[in-house]
Amino acid sequence: MRRYSFVQLLRNAVGLGDGWQQAWRSPEPKSSYDVVIVGGGGHGLATAYYLAKNHGVRNIAVLEKGWLGGGNTGRNTTVVRSNYLWDESAAIYEHSLKLWEGLTRDLNYNLMFSQRGLVMLAHTEHELNEASRRVHANRLNGIDAEIWSREQTLAFIPILNGSKDIRYPVIGSSIQKRAGIARHDAVAWGFARAADALGVDIIQNCEVTAIRRDGSRVVGLDTTRGAIDARKVGLVAAGHSSVLAGLAGFRLPIESHPLQAMVSEPIKPVLDTVVMSGTVHAYVSQSDKGELVMGAGIDAFNSYAQRGSLPILEEIASAMIELFPIVSRLKVLRSWGGIVDICPDASPIIGKTPVDGLYINCGWGTGGFKATPGSGWVLADTIANDRPHPLAAPFSLNRFSSGRLIDEHGAAAVAH
Amino acid sequence: MLLIPCPYCGERAEGEFRYGGEAHFRRPDNHLEATDEAWADYLFMRKNPKGWHRERWMHLAGCRRWFYVVRHTITHKIATAYKVGDAHPDLPA
Repeated sequence: MRRYSFVQLLRNAVGLGDGWQQAWRSPEPKSSYDVVIVGGGGHGLATAYYLAKNHGVRNIAVLEKGWLGGGNTGRNTTVVRSNYLWDESAAIYEHSLKLWEGLTRDLNYNLMFSQRGLVMLAHTEHELNEASRRVHANRLNGIDAEIWSREQTLAFIPILNGSKDIRYPVIGSSIQKRAGIARHDAVAWGFARAADALGVDIIQNCEVTAIRRDGSRVVGLDTTRGAIDARKVGLVAAGHSSVLAGLAGFRLPIESHPLQAMVSEPIKPVLDTVVMSGTVHAYVSQSDKGELVMGAGIDAFNSYAQRGSLPILEEIASAMIELFPIVSRLKVLRSWGGIVDICPDASPIIGKTPVDGLYINCGWGTGGFKATPGSGWVLADTIANDRPHPLAAPFSLNRFSSGRLIDEHGAAAVAH
Repeated sequence: MLLIPCPYCGERAEGEFRYGGEAHFRRPDNHLEATDEAWADYLFMRKNPKGWHRERWMHLAGCRRWFYVVRHTITHKIATAYKVGDAHPDLPA
Protein backbone atom coordinates (compact mmCIF):
# COMPACT_ATOMS: atom_id res chain seq x y z
CA MET A 1 0.00 0.00 0.00
CA ARG A 2 1.42 3.37 -0.95
CA ARG A 3 0.98 5.81 1.89
CA TYR A 4 -1.11 8.90 1.28
CA SER A 5 0.83 12.05 2.06
CA PHE A 6 1.02 15.70 1.12
CA VAL A 7 4.08 15.00 -1.01
CA GLN A 8 2.28 12.27 -2.93
CA LEU A 9 -0.74 14.54 -3.41
CA LEU A 10 1.53 17.27 -4.76
CA ARG A 11 3.43 14.93 -7.11
CA ASN A 12 0.21 13.54 -8.58
CA ALA A 13 -1.29 17.02 -8.87
CA VAL A 14 1.56 18.25 -11.06
CA GLY A 15 1.80 15.02 -13.05
CA LEU A 16 5.02 13.67 -11.55
CA GLY A 17 3.38 10.79 -9.71
CA ASP A 18 2.35 7.46 -11.14
CA GLY A 19 -1.35 8.02 -10.48
CA TRP A 20 -3.54 6.68 -7.75
CA GLN A 21 -3.70 3.00 -6.95
CA GLN A 22 -6.93 1.20 -6.15
CA ALA A 23 -7.48 1.41 -2.41
CA TRP A 24 -8.14 -2.31 -1.90
CA ARG A 25 -8.12 -5.49 -4.00
CA SER A 26 -11.24 -7.41 -5.05
CA PRO A 27 -10.00 -10.99 -4.68
CA GLU A 28 -11.89 -14.19 -5.43
CA PRO A 29 -12.82 -15.95 -2.19
CA LYS A 30 -10.42 -18.71 -1.12
CA SER A 31 -11.79 -22.09 -0.05
CA SER A 32 -10.78 -21.61 3.56
CA TYR A 33 -9.85 -18.92 6.06
CA ASP A 34 -8.78 -18.80 9.70
CA VAL A 35 -11.36 -16.12 10.43
CA VAL A 36 -14.34 -14.97 8.36
CA ILE A 37 -16.14 -11.77 9.30
CA VAL A 38 -19.69 -11.56 7.94
CA GLY A 39 -20.58 -7.94 7.29
CA GLY A 40 -18.45 -5.33 5.52
CA GLY A 41 -19.60 -2.25 7.37
CA GLY A 42 -17.39 -0.21 9.65
CA HIS A 43 -17.61 -2.64 12.59
CA GLY A 44 -16.78 -5.71 10.47
CA LEU A 45 -13.90 -4.02 8.67
CA ALA A 46 -12.53 -2.66 11.95
CA THR A 47 -12.71 -6.17 13.44
CA ALA A 48 -10.71 -7.58 10.53
CA TYR A 49 -8.19 -4.71 10.71
CA TYR A 50 -7.51 -5.16 14.43
CA LEU A 51 -7.39 -8.96 14.09
CA ALA A 52 -4.60 -8.50 11.57
CA LYS A 53 -2.86 -5.59 13.27
CA ASN A 54 -3.13 -6.43 16.98
CA HIS A 55 -3.28 -10.21 16.88
CA GLY A 56 -1.23 -11.13 13.82
CA VAL A 57 -4.02 -13.13 12.18
CA ARG A 58 -3.27 -13.08 8.46
CA ASN A 59 -5.78 -15.38 6.79
CA ILE A 60 -8.97 -13.31 7.15
CA ALA A 61 -11.92 -12.62 4.88
CA VAL A 62 -14.67 -10.03 5.20
CA LEU A 63 -17.86 -11.02 3.37
CA GLU A 64 -20.26 -8.25 2.37
CA LYS A 65 -23.56 -9.00 0.66
CA GLY A 66 -23.75 -5.57 -0.94
CA TRP A 67 -20.98 -3.00 -1.18
CA LEU A 68 -18.64 -1.69 1.52
CA GLY A 69 -20.30 0.77 3.85
CA GLY A 70 -23.57 0.53 1.91
CA GLY A 71 -25.52 -0.30 5.05
CA ASN A 72 -25.66 1.68 8.26
CA THR A 73 -22.05 2.89 8.01
CA GLY A 74 -23.13 5.03 5.07
CA ARG A 75 -26.56 5.90 6.45
CA ASN A 76 -25.96 7.42 9.88
CA THR A 77 -25.55 11.00 11.11
CA THR A 78 -21.81 10.49 11.94
CA VAL A 79 -22.02 11.54 15.60
CA VAL A 80 -19.14 10.39 17.82
CA ARG A 81 -19.36 10.78 21.62
CA SER A 82 -18.77 8.79 24.79
CA ASN A 83 -20.96 10.45 27.45
CA TYR A 84 -22.97 7.38 28.41
CA LEU A 85 -24.38 6.88 31.89
CA TRP A 86 -23.36 3.41 33.02
CA ASP A 87 -19.76 2.39 33.74
CA GLU A 88 -19.82 -0.50 31.23
CA SER A 89 -21.03 1.75 28.40
CA ALA A 90 -18.76 4.64 29.34
CA ALA A 91 -15.75 2.29 29.27
CA ILE A 92 -16.36 0.91 25.79
CA TYR A 93 -17.50 4.18 24.17
CA GLU A 94 -14.59 6.09 25.72
CA HIS A 95 -12.17 3.42 24.51
CA SER A 96 -13.67 3.97 21.08
CA LEU A 97 -13.43 7.77 21.29
CA LYS A 98 -9.74 7.51 22.24
CA LEU A 99 -9.16 5.35 19.17
CA TRP A 100 -11.01 7.91 17.02
CA GLU A 101 -8.59 10.58 18.24
CA GLY A 102 -5.66 8.82 16.55
CA LEU A 103 -7.47 6.92 13.82
CA THR A 104 -6.78 9.15 10.81
CA ARG A 105 -3.03 8.78 11.43
CA ASP A 106 -3.29 5.07 12.26
CA LEU A 107 -5.20 4.24 9.07
CA ASN A 108 -3.37 6.80 6.91
CA TYR A 109 -6.79 7.92 5.70
CA ASN A 110 -8.41 11.29 6.35
CA LEU A 111 -11.53 10.54 8.38
CA MET A 112 -12.29 14.26 8.75
CA PHE A 113 -12.77 13.62 12.46
CA SER A 114 -13.88 16.92 13.95
CA GLN A 115 -14.16 17.25 17.73
CA ARG A 116 -16.54 20.16 17.57
CA GLY A 117 -18.41 19.34 20.78
CA LEU A 118 -21.85 17.94 21.34
CA VAL A 119 -24.54 19.82 23.24
CA MET A 120 -27.48 17.93 24.75
CA LEU A 121 -30.24 20.43 25.40
CA ALA A 122 -32.35 20.36 28.54
CA HIS A 123 -35.90 21.73 28.26
CA THR A 124 -37.31 20.70 31.64
CA GLU A 125 -36.08 20.64 35.23
CA HIS A 126 -36.22 16.87 35.19
CA GLU A 127 -34.12 16.71 32.06
CA LEU A 128 -31.53 19.06 33.57
CA ASN A 129 -31.37 16.90 36.73
CA GLU A 130 -30.82 13.79 34.65
CA ALA A 131 -28.17 15.58 32.58
CA SER A 132 -26.45 16.60 35.79
CA ARG A 133 -26.48 13.02 37.04
CA ARG A 134 -25.00 11.82 33.75
CA VAL A 135 -22.33 14.55 33.72
CA HIS A 136 -21.19 13.52 37.22
CA ALA A 137 -21.17 9.85 36.21
CA ASN A 138 -19.12 10.73 33.13
CA ARG A 139 -16.58 12.69 35.14
CA LEU A 140 -16.18 9.83 37.62
CA ASN A 141 -15.34 7.68 34.59
CA GLY A 142 -12.76 10.18 33.33
CA ILE A 143 -14.94 11.47 30.49
CA ASP A 144 -15.09 15.21 29.85
CA ALA A 145 -18.53 16.62 30.51
CA GLU A 146 -19.97 19.89 31.75
CA ILE A 147 -23.32 21.39 32.63
CA TRP A 148 -24.03 24.69 30.93
CA SER A 149 -26.50 27.39 31.84
CA ARG A 150 -29.16 28.64 29.46
CA GLU A 151 -27.03 31.71 28.73
CA GLN A 152 -23.89 29.69 27.96
CA THR A 153 -25.87 27.40 25.69
CA LEU A 154 -27.50 30.22 23.72
CA ALA A 155 -24.17 32.04 23.35
CA PHE A 156 -22.53 28.87 21.99
CA ILE A 157 -25.35 28.14 19.51
CA PRO A 158 -26.49 31.50 18.12
CA ILE A 159 -29.19 30.05 15.86
CA LEU A 160 -30.90 28.23 18.73
CA ASN A 161 -34.41 29.44 19.58
CA GLY A 162 -33.92 31.36 22.83
CA SER A 163 -37.53 32.37 23.29
CA LYS A 164 -39.08 31.66 26.68
CA ASP A 165 -42.58 31.57 25.21
CA ILE A 166 -42.24 28.27 23.37
CA ARG A 167 -43.58 24.95 24.64
CA TYR A 168 -40.09 23.65 25.51
CA PRO A 169 -37.74 26.58 26.18
CA VAL A 170 -34.03 25.76 26.56
CA ILE A 171 -33.14 25.95 30.25
CA GLY A 172 -29.61 24.56 30.09
CA SER A 173 -27.55 21.80 28.56
CA SER A 174 -24.75 19.34 28.99
CA ILE A 175 -21.75 19.36 26.68
CA GLN A 176 -19.00 16.91 25.81
CA LYS A 177 -16.31 18.99 24.08
CA ARG A 178 -14.35 15.99 22.78
CA ALA A 179 -17.41 14.67 20.94
CA GLY A 180 -17.95 15.48 17.30
CA ILE A 181 -18.47 14.04 13.85
CA ALA A 182 -16.46 12.07 11.28
CA ARG A 183 -16.78 11.32 7.58
CA HIS A 184 -18.73 8.05 7.56
CA ASP A 185 -17.77 6.72 4.12
CA ALA A 186 -14.11 7.41 4.86
CA VAL A 187 -14.39 5.20 7.95
CA ALA A 188 -15.44 2.20 5.84
CA TRP A 189 -12.90 2.98 3.10
CA GLY A 190 -10.06 3.73 5.53
CA PHE A 191 -10.53 0.50 7.48
CA ALA A 192 -10.93 -1.46 4.22
CA ARG A 193 -7.73 -0.05 2.73
CA ALA A 194 -5.72 -0.59 5.92
CA ALA A 195 -7.08 -4.12 6.42
CA ASP A 196 -6.41 -5.00 2.77
CA ALA A 197 -2.82 -3.81 3.17
CA LEU A 198 -2.44 -6.35 5.99
CA GLY A 199 -3.68 -9.13 3.70
CA VAL A 200 -7.38 -9.23 4.57
CA ASP A 201 -9.54 -10.41 1.64
CA ILE A 202 -12.53 -8.12 1.25
CA ILE A 203 -15.21 -9.88 -0.76
CA GLN A 204 -18.20 -7.85 -1.86
CA ASN A 205 -21.47 -9.05 -3.41
CA CYS A 206 -21.16 -12.20 -1.33
CA GLU A 207 -24.18 -13.15 0.76
CA VAL A 208 -24.07 -15.90 3.37
CA THR A 209 -26.80 -18.49 2.69
CA ALA A 210 -25.93 -21.11 5.34
CA ILE A 211 -23.72 -21.55 8.38
CA ARG A 212 -22.24 -25.05 8.49
CA ARG A 213 -21.64 -26.77 11.82
CA ASP A 214 -19.94 -29.94 12.97
CA GLY A 215 -21.78 -30.69 16.19
CA SER A 216 -21.63 -27.56 18.32
CA ARG A 217 -18.76 -26.05 16.32
CA VAL A 218 -18.86 -23.80 13.27
CA VAL A 219 -16.85 -25.16 10.32
CA GLY A 220 -17.77 -22.94 7.42
CA LEU A 221 -20.23 -20.92 5.42
CA ASP A 222 -22.16 -21.36 2.21
CA THR A 223 -22.30 -18.15 0.22
CA THR A 224 -23.56 -16.88 -3.11
CA ARG A 225 -19.91 -17.09 -4.24
CA GLY A 226 -19.30 -20.66 -3.11
CA ALA A 227 -18.55 -22.58 0.07
CA ILE A 228 -15.91 -21.22 2.44
CA ASP A 229 -14.40 -23.18 5.34
CA ALA A 230 -13.63 -21.17 8.44
CA ARG A 231 -12.14 -21.95 11.84
CA LYS A 232 -13.80 -18.94 13.40
CA VAL A 233 -16.64 -16.73 12.21
CA GLY A 234 -17.68 -13.29 13.42
CA LEU A 235 -21.22 -12.09 12.66
CA VAL A 236 -21.23 -8.29 12.38
CA ALA A 237 -24.38 -7.67 10.39
CA ALA A 238 -26.37 -5.06 12.37
CA GLY A 239 -30.00 -5.15 11.17
CA HIS A 240 -29.60 -8.60 9.60
CA SER A 241 -28.16 -10.25 12.73
CA SER A 242 -31.39 -12.14 13.52
CA VAL A 243 -31.35 -13.67 10.04
CA LEU A 244 -27.76 -14.90 10.47
CA ALA A 245 -28.38 -16.13 14.02
CA GLY A 246 -31.33 -18.08 12.59
CA LEU A 247 -28.97 -19.75 10.10
CA ALA A 248 -26.71 -20.71 13.00
CA GLY A 249 -29.62 -22.00 15.09
CA PHE A 250 -29.92 -19.58 17.99
CA ARG A 251 -32.18 -16.64 18.84
CA LEU A 252 -31.40 -12.99 19.52
CA PRO A 253 -33.27 -10.33 21.50
CA ILE A 254 -33.02 -8.05 18.47
CA GLU A 255 -35.72 -6.37 16.43
CA SER A 256 -34.94 -4.58 13.18
CA HIS A 257 -36.41 -1.14 12.55
CA PRO A 258 -35.85 1.62 9.98
CA LEU A 259 -34.01 4.68 11.29
CA GLN A 260 -34.18 7.77 9.12
CA ALA A 261 -32.10 10.85 8.57
CA MET A 262 -32.13 13.71 6.10
CA VAL A 263 -30.01 16.61 4.91
CA SER A 264 -31.00 20.10 3.92
CA GLU A 265 -29.69 21.97 0.91
CA PRO A 266 -26.20 23.38 1.61
CA ILE A 267 -26.05 26.75 3.34
CA LYS A 268 -23.28 28.92 4.74
CA PRO A 269 -21.84 27.88 8.13
CA VAL A 270 -24.44 28.42 10.87
CA LEU A 271 -23.76 25.56 13.27
CA ASP A 272 -20.27 24.56 14.42
CA THR A 273 -21.24 21.91 16.95
CA VAL A 274 -23.59 18.95 17.29
CA VAL A 275 -26.94 19.61 18.98
CA MET A 276 -29.24 16.97 20.42
CA SER A 277 -32.61 17.42 22.04
CA GLY A 278 -34.39 14.55 23.70
CA THR A 279 -37.62 16.35 24.50
CA VAL A 280 -38.14 18.01 21.12
CA HIS A 281 -36.40 14.99 19.55
CA ALA A 282 -33.82 16.03 17.02
CA TYR A 283 -30.09 15.77 16.53
CA VAL A 284 -28.28 17.90 14.03
CA SER A 285 -24.88 19.01 12.81
CA GLN A 286 -23.65 20.84 9.73
CA SER A 287 -21.46 19.02 7.24
CA ASP A 288 -18.40 20.59 5.63
CA LYS A 289 -20.48 20.89 2.45
CA GLY A 290 -22.93 23.07 4.35
CA GLU A 291 -25.83 20.66 4.58
CA LEU A 292 -27.63 20.37 7.90
CA VAL A 293 -27.54 16.66 8.77
CA MET A 294 -30.66 15.83 10.78
CA GLY A 295 -31.42 12.57 12.52
CA ALA A 296 -34.95 11.34 13.13
CA GLY A 297 -36.42 8.48 15.14
CA ILE A 298 -37.20 4.89 14.28
CA ASP A 299 -40.44 3.56 12.88
CA ALA A 300 -42.20 1.56 15.58
CA PHE A 301 -42.74 -1.53 13.43
CA ASN A 302 -40.24 -4.23 12.42
CA SER A 303 -38.80 -3.69 8.96
CA TYR A 304 -35.92 -4.68 6.68
CA ALA A 305 -36.88 -2.19 3.99
CA GLN A 306 -34.08 0.43 4.33
CA ARG A 307 -36.72 3.13 4.04
CA GLY A 308 -38.90 4.74 6.64
CA SER A 309 -42.30 6.39 6.69
CA LEU A 310 -43.16 10.03 6.14
CA PRO A 311 -44.67 10.81 9.59
CA ILE A 312 -41.19 10.30 11.10
CA LEU A 313 -39.71 12.87 8.70
CA GLU A 314 -42.54 15.24 9.51
CA GLU A 315 -41.66 14.94 13.20
CA ILE A 316 -37.99 15.74 12.68
CA ALA A 317 -38.88 18.68 10.44
CA SER A 318 -41.22 20.14 13.05
CA ALA A 319 -38.67 19.58 15.81
CA MET A 320 -35.99 21.35 13.76
CA ILE A 321 -38.22 24.36 13.15
CA GLU A 322 -39.03 24.54 16.85
CA LEU A 323 -35.34 24.51 17.82
CA PHE A 324 -33.96 26.56 14.91
CA PRO A 325 -36.60 28.85 13.38
CA ILE A 326 -34.17 29.97 10.64
CA VAL A 327 -34.37 26.58 8.95
CA SER A 328 -38.08 26.86 8.17
CA ARG A 329 -37.52 27.85 4.51
CA LEU A 330 -34.78 25.31 3.84
CA LYS A 331 -35.42 22.58 1.31
CA VAL A 332 -34.72 18.96 2.14
CA LEU A 333 -32.12 17.65 -0.26
CA ARG A 334 -32.57 13.96 0.47
CA SER A 335 -33.66 11.52 3.14
CA TRP A 336 -32.84 7.88 3.67
CA GLY A 337 -33.26 5.00 6.08
CA GLY A 338 -31.08 2.26 7.50
CA ILE A 339 -32.08 -0.92 9.29
CA VAL A 340 -30.99 -0.78 12.91
CA ASP A 341 -30.78 -3.70 15.34
CA ILE A 342 -32.65 -2.64 18.45
CA CYS A 343 -31.82 -4.41 21.70
CA PRO A 344 -34.21 -4.33 24.69
CA ASP A 345 -31.71 -2.46 26.89
CA ALA A 346 -30.32 -0.21 24.12
CA SER A 347 -26.87 -1.75 24.60
CA PRO A 348 -24.90 -3.92 22.19
CA ILE A 349 -24.30 -7.67 22.27
CA ILE A 350 -20.62 -8.57 21.85
CA GLY A 351 -19.00 -11.92 22.40
CA LYS A 352 -19.45 -15.66 22.16
CA THR A 353 -22.60 -17.45 21.00
CA PRO A 354 -24.05 -20.90 21.76
CA VAL A 355 -22.06 -22.15 18.71
CA ASP A 356 -18.33 -22.75 19.33
CA GLY A 357 -16.09 -20.63 17.14
CA LEU A 358 -18.97 -18.30 16.26
CA TYR A 359 -18.89 -14.77 17.66
CA ILE A 360 -21.38 -11.97 17.36
CA ASN A 361 -21.36 -8.20 17.51
CA CYS A 362 -24.77 -6.60 17.11
CA GLY A 363 -27.49 -4.66 18.89
CA TRP A 364 -25.83 -1.25 18.56
CA GLY A 365 -29.24 -0.03 17.44
CA THR A 366 -29.37 3.66 16.66
CA GLY A 367 -25.86 4.49 17.94
CA GLY A 368 -23.28 2.19 16.43
CA PHE A 369 -21.23 4.56 14.29
CA LYS A 370 -19.41 6.16 17.23
CA ALA A 371 -18.36 2.74 18.48
CA THR A 372 -16.84 1.55 15.20
CA PRO A 373 -13.14 1.36 16.18
CA GLY A 374 -13.74 0.30 19.79
CA SER A 375 -16.24 -2.35 18.76
CA GLY A 376 -13.83 -3.80 16.19
CA TRP A 377 -11.00 -3.70 18.72
CA VAL A 378 -12.81 -5.69 21.43
CA LEU A 379 -14.40 -8.20 19.02
CA ALA A 380 -11.01 -8.86 17.38
CA ASP A 381 -9.54 -9.54 20.83
CA THR A 382 -12.51 -11.74 21.74
CA ILE A 383 -12.14 -13.80 18.54
CA ALA A 384 -8.35 -14.08 18.78
CA ASN A 385 -8.39 -15.28 22.40
CA ASP A 386 -11.75 -17.10 22.44
CA ARG A 387 -12.87 -15.25 25.55
CA PRO A 388 -14.64 -11.92 25.98
CA HIS A 389 -12.43 -8.83 26.03
CA PRO A 390 -12.83 -7.21 29.50
CA LEU A 391 -14.70 -4.26 27.95
CA ALA A 392 -17.00 -6.65 26.04
CA ALA A 393 -17.70 -9.05 28.91
CA PRO A 394 -20.67 -7.10 30.36
CA PHE A 395 -22.28 -7.07 26.90
CA SER A 396 -22.56 -10.85 26.56
CA LEU A 397 -25.64 -12.52 25.10
CA ASN A 398 -26.30 -14.33 28.37
CA ARG A 399 -27.06 -11.08 30.20
CA PHE A 400 -30.65 -11.59 29.05
CA SER A 401 -30.98 -14.76 31.12
CA SER A 402 -28.84 -13.53 34.03
CA GLY A 403 -30.91 -10.33 34.15
CA ARG A 404 -27.86 -8.07 34.29
CA LEU A 405 -29.05 -5.63 31.62
CA ILE A 406 -27.26 -2.36 30.85
CA ASP A 407 -30.16 0.01 30.42
CA GLU A 408 -28.98 2.94 28.34
CA HIS A 409 -32.41 4.10 27.16
CA GLY A 410 -32.43 7.11 29.48
CA ALA A 411 -28.79 8.08 29.04
CA ALA A 412 -29.02 8.33 25.30
CA ALA A 413 -31.19 11.44 25.66
CA VAL A 414 -32.53 10.80 22.20
CA ALA A 415 -32.35 8.02 19.67
CA HIS A 416 -28.65 8.56 19.09
CA MET B 1 -47.30 5.27 5.91
CA LEU B 2 -49.24 2.07 6.45
CA LEU B 3 -52.97 1.74 5.83
CA ILE B 4 -54.00 -0.69 8.54
CA PRO B 5 -57.25 -2.68 8.25
CA CYS B 6 -58.65 -2.63 11.78
CA PRO B 7 -61.04 -5.62 11.96
CA TYR B 8 -63.51 -3.44 13.86
CA CYS B 9 -63.27 -0.02 12.15
CA GLY B 10 -61.88 -0.71 8.67
CA GLU B 11 -58.82 0.82 7.02
CA ARG B 12 -57.23 3.72 8.86
CA ALA B 13 -53.91 5.55 8.73
CA GLU B 14 -50.97 4.21 10.69
CA GLY B 15 -50.89 7.28 12.93
CA GLU B 16 -54.09 6.11 14.67
CA PHE B 17 -52.42 2.90 15.86
CA ARG B 18 -49.84 1.70 18.33
CA TYR B 19 -47.54 -1.17 17.44
CA GLY B 20 -47.31 -4.09 19.86
CA GLY B 21 -44.56 -6.20 18.33
CA GLU B 22 -44.45 -9.93 17.64
CA ALA B 23 -47.67 -11.86 18.28
CA HIS B 24 -48.48 -15.29 19.69
CA PHE B 25 -45.64 -16.07 22.05
CA ARG B 26 -46.52 -17.57 25.37
CA ARG B 27 -45.54 -16.89 28.96
CA PRO B 28 -43.90 -19.92 30.62
CA ASP B 29 -46.77 -22.02 32.00
CA ASN B 30 -45.18 -23.16 35.20
CA HIS B 31 -43.56 -19.92 36.18
CA LEU B 32 -42.03 -21.20 39.43
CA GLU B 33 -40.26 -24.02 37.59
CA ALA B 34 -39.31 -22.13 34.42
CA THR B 35 -35.57 -21.69 33.85
CA ASP B 36 -33.83 -18.34 33.45
CA GLU B 37 -33.36 -19.24 29.78
CA ALA B 38 -37.10 -19.86 29.36
CA TRP B 39 -37.84 -16.45 30.89
CA ALA B 40 -35.22 -14.78 28.68
CA ASP B 41 -36.79 -16.43 25.66
CA TYR B 42 -40.24 -15.14 26.61
CA LEU B 43 -39.18 -11.65 27.69
CA PHE B 44 -36.49 -10.76 25.17
CA MET B 45 -35.93 -13.18 22.29
CA ARG B 46 -37.87 -12.37 19.11
CA LYS B 47 -38.28 -13.97 15.68
CA ASN B 48 -37.62 -10.72 13.82
CA PRO B 49 -38.20 -12.41 10.44
CA LYS B 50 -37.22 -10.97 7.09
CA GLY B 51 -40.55 -11.73 5.45
CA TRP B 52 -44.07 -12.27 6.76
CA HIS B 53 -44.56 -11.27 10.40
CA ARG B 54 -47.53 -11.84 12.71
CA GLU B 55 -47.76 -8.76 14.90
CA ARG B 56 -49.98 -6.95 17.37
CA TRP B 57 -51.52 -3.54 16.79
CA MET B 58 -53.89 -1.42 18.88
CA HIS B 59 -56.30 1.11 17.39
CA LEU B 60 -55.48 3.86 19.88
CA ALA B 61 -57.37 6.69 18.18
CA GLY B 62 -60.33 4.47 17.28
CA CYS B 63 -61.87 1.46 18.95
CA ARG B 64 -58.84 1.05 21.28
CA ARG B 65 -58.87 -2.68 20.74
CA TRP B 66 -55.89 -5.00 20.18
CA PHE B 67 -55.82 -7.22 17.10
CA TYR B 68 -53.36 -9.06 14.87
CA VAL B 69 -51.88 -8.19 11.49
CA VAL B 70 -49.88 -10.28 9.02
CA ARG B 71 -47.41 -7.87 7.42
CA HIS B 72 -44.32 -8.32 5.24
CA THR B 73 -41.19 -6.73 6.73
CA ILE B 74 -39.56 -5.89 3.38
CA THR B 75 -42.51 -4.74 1.26
CA HIS B 76 -44.65 -3.58 4.25
CA LYS B 77 -47.61 -5.18 2.44
CA ILE B 78 -50.41 -6.21 4.81
CA ALA B 79 -51.93 -9.58 3.94
CA THR B 80 -54.66 -9.74 6.54
CA ALA B 81 -55.82 -8.62 9.96
CA TYR B 82 -57.71 -10.77 12.47
CA LYS B 83 -59.25 -10.51 15.91
CA VAL B 84 -57.97 -11.91 19.17
CA GLY B 85 -59.38 -15.43 19.46
CA ASP B 86 -59.74 -15.96 15.71
CA ALA B 87 -57.97 -18.91 14.08
CA HIS B 88 -54.52 -17.84 12.88
CA PRO B 89 -54.65 -17.48 9.08
CA ASP B 90 -51.87 -19.14 7.07
CA LEU B 91 -48.95 -16.96 6.04
CA PRO B 92 -49.00 -16.06 2.32
CA ALA B 93 -46.55 -17.99 0.14
